Amino acid sequence: MPTTRRQFLNLAGGVTVAGTIPIVSLRPLEATPAMLNTAIRNVVGEAQIHTGRVKLDIPPLVENGNTVPMTVSVASPMTADDHVKSIHVFNEKNPQPNIGNFHLGPASGRAQVSTRIRLADTQKVVAIARLSDDTFWQIAADVVVTLAACTEEMN
Amino acid sequence: MAALINVPSKAKRGDIIEIRTLTSHIMETGFRHTADGKLVPRNIITSFICRYNGAEVFRADLFPAIAANPYLSFFTVAKESGKFEFEWIGDNGYSSTASASITVE
Repeated sequence: MPTTRRQFLNLAGGVTVAGTIPIVSLRPLEATPAMLNTAIRNVVGEAQIHTGRVKLDIPPLVENGNTVPMTVSVASPMTADDHVKSIHVFNEKNPQPNIGNFHLGPASGRAQVSTRIRLADTQKVVAIARLSDDTFWQIAADVVVTLAACTEEMN
Repeated sequence: MAALINVPSKAKRGDIIEIRTLTSHIMETGFRHTADGKLVPRNIITSFICRYNGAEVFRADLFPAIAANPYLSFFTVAKESGKFEFEWIGDNGYSSTASASITVE
């Protein structure tokens, strides 16, 4: 029996679907590699990390992972009694999980830091703030990188 | 080494001012290889400190994930006229300083 166009398309569609599912399930979106967790625990210790108060401004899609502008700000009055002690930024898939630690104090006036970072892959960036009462607050952002940093050969 | 510093030359007492710094540095990650497979040794700036009339107001620990020619922007409260001193410290004994003055009215 000759294969009709409809039969062929059904077959091709089935193959595509079957081929995609395993690839998707290999990389769940919320997977947090152990290195990132370890790096965060090195800073935070056993303390609980709350979500909120921290704002992470980073482009959701970057063409060049070699220089990605990033701004972290924390909602804080920055007084002697209530201020941000430090801001820690981590990544998920660079060869090393740390990006930077920034130490502030009441003299800062505003808890905001900007810099430019490298991202080796499409991944999650996490910012954690340590407040003067030693509570930790975090935010995560997903960044899609089309040209990765770090991995290219040196000429 | 060449550094670009942006500090307002004048401010009112109590104003929150933004300080922006840019310094030239390769920030070699230590994760790259040459074409013949040799690892390129790490050469980065590991630490940045800003002092305002001698008192530390901002400090940063940097890692290879900071882009080449590190740019940093942060804030401080203008409390008195004086001098900001900036210091970058890195691998292989790297050290570089810069300063800027401010008039607070």
